[in-house]
Amino acid sequence: MSSIPEDLSYTKEHEWLAGLDDGMTVTVGITAHAAEQLGDVVYVQVPEVGATVTAGDAVGEVESTKSVSDIFSPVDGEVVETNPAVVDDPSLVNSDPYGEGWLFRVRIEHEPDEVLSAAEYGAFISGES
Amino acid sequence: MTEGEDALIRPFRGASAIMSRSTPLREVHESLGATLTDFAGWLMPLRYGSESAEHDAVRTAAGLFDLSHMGEIFVTGPRAGEALDYALVGRLSTLGPGRARYTMMVNEVGGILDDLIVYRLGDEEFMVVANAANAPMVARELTERAQPSGAVVEDRSDDYALIAVQGPRSVEILRGLTEGGAAAELDGLKYYAIIPGTVAGVSALIARTGYTGEDGFELFVRPQDAAPLWQALSEAGKETGLTPAGLSSRDTLRLEAGMPLYGNELTTETTPFDAGLGRVVRFDKPGDFVGRAALAKIAQHETGTEETGAEETGASRRLVGLVARGRRVPRHGYPVTRGGEVVGEVTSGAPSRSLGRPIALAYISRTAAESGDGLAVDIRGAQEPVDIVDLPFYRRSK
Repeated sequence: MSSIPEDLSYTKEHEWLAGLDDGMTVTVGITAHAAEQLGDVVYVQVPEVGATVTAGDAVGEVESTKSVSDIFSPVDGEVVETNPAVVDDPSLVNSDPYGEGWLFRVRIEHEPDEVLSAAEYGAFISGES
Repeated sequence: MTEGEDALIRPFRGASAIMSRSTPLREVHESLGATLTDFAGWLMPLRYGSESAEHDAVRTAAGLFDLSHMGEIFVTGPRAGEALDYALVGRLSTLGPGRARYTMMVNEVGGILDDLIVYRLGDEEFMVVANAANAPMVARELTERAQPSGAVVEDRSDDYALIAVQGPRSVEILRGLTEGGAAAELDGLKYYAIIPGTVAGVSALIARTGYTGEDGFELFVRPQDAAPLWQALSEAGKETGLTPAGLSSRDTLRLEAGMPLYGNELTTETTPFDAGLGRVVRFDKPGDFVGRAALAKIAQHETGTEETGAEETGASRRLVGLVARGRRVPRHGYPVTRGGEVVGEVTSGAPSRSLGRPIALAYISRTAAESGDGLAVDIRGAQEPVDIVDLPFYRRSK
């Protein structure tokens, strides 16, 4: 079983969100479970800084050897920062999905409607398999 | 994040496993933590860990593959060679015992039914190795096509497991495990040759063939011998860097080597000439063969200097190798465009470890292939520039 840190929030699109508790800027990345399912990530496209995003929008993509997947924004808001390191070295998504492999940060207007706790996400992925 | 519609191989999970057949090595794969996937009705290892690391291991040391899903069909009898000459596009009757040949089975109109390796095991015994998904059909077709010759066709796929050791250090790994006469012959065994022997105490047909663009061996063994042989090979290859390798790396390895995959580059809608493999069609053999008339017509236009009418009669398209200038990966089914017009379609694509860029095989129109300028692949709506390169993308140093 891949790791699911307790202090993060999750979505059914296999993304994690950090910073929801602290204020109005959240960091978004892909879960370890998703990274494992994808295999070696070879390309990551993140949204432009300054872009306005809406929860559920496809805002980027992640490609592995065998597949390509959309990255959906889990929140409404404005992209304030992206991770240049993960664009240069997409394998960070595999090696450190909750750390160096983060994707982008969004200044949110309001709390997202629906996020999962670590326990809920764990139950969700075991139900999926 | 949600997997897009383009996911080519989905990791296999859950209850539908009962729908797929398992190879004798399934428990071994599970104990190694493999991600299993359904492939051609078989539950096969997609990767064990990082598919890039598996790819690199095969290029620099060696990889260990389970290919037990492949079909083994035996054609025997005094006229077996003649039967294959009629049934397939190649000239198999002149194949020497102990040698192998890459060939194809086509239908009456020259469409490819499968690509095959035929091994001549004895004067009157041939083993035809077919792709897993096609094996029952190939066996049926061979039975029908061999009938006039009296040759006996037997699908013995269930009698064989197939383990491949591929990579520059394969011979080293196998040498220490091979016993008897085969041990002495192993180093000198030619590419596309096969000998019976004993490997790690297991009786095997040892073939120097593969699908990775590297030196390597394929070992045909009894199903009950597969797991002990796998373990012995893993043990023997530990120091050498032998790594279990799944279908994901097998696909990127064969693509770099410019080798076609049935279902992608080769289908019933393509002829050997479309695929740039016209050389496997042997018009110089005596007698008729299935597809001869149709293929001869295409070949005439291929070799003739008169280009007129090629769109209707000759191979109207070309299989080409493409290298992307950007980092997004052209994938199976994506349109190839020039100046906004669709001129072809990608059949296989992947990030290439050896080139450091995405590569693809694509069928494009003759005219687009001849000039080669201004080509792009439509990657989900964006025209990403690509260049035609000579195949293979990767060639091993001898």
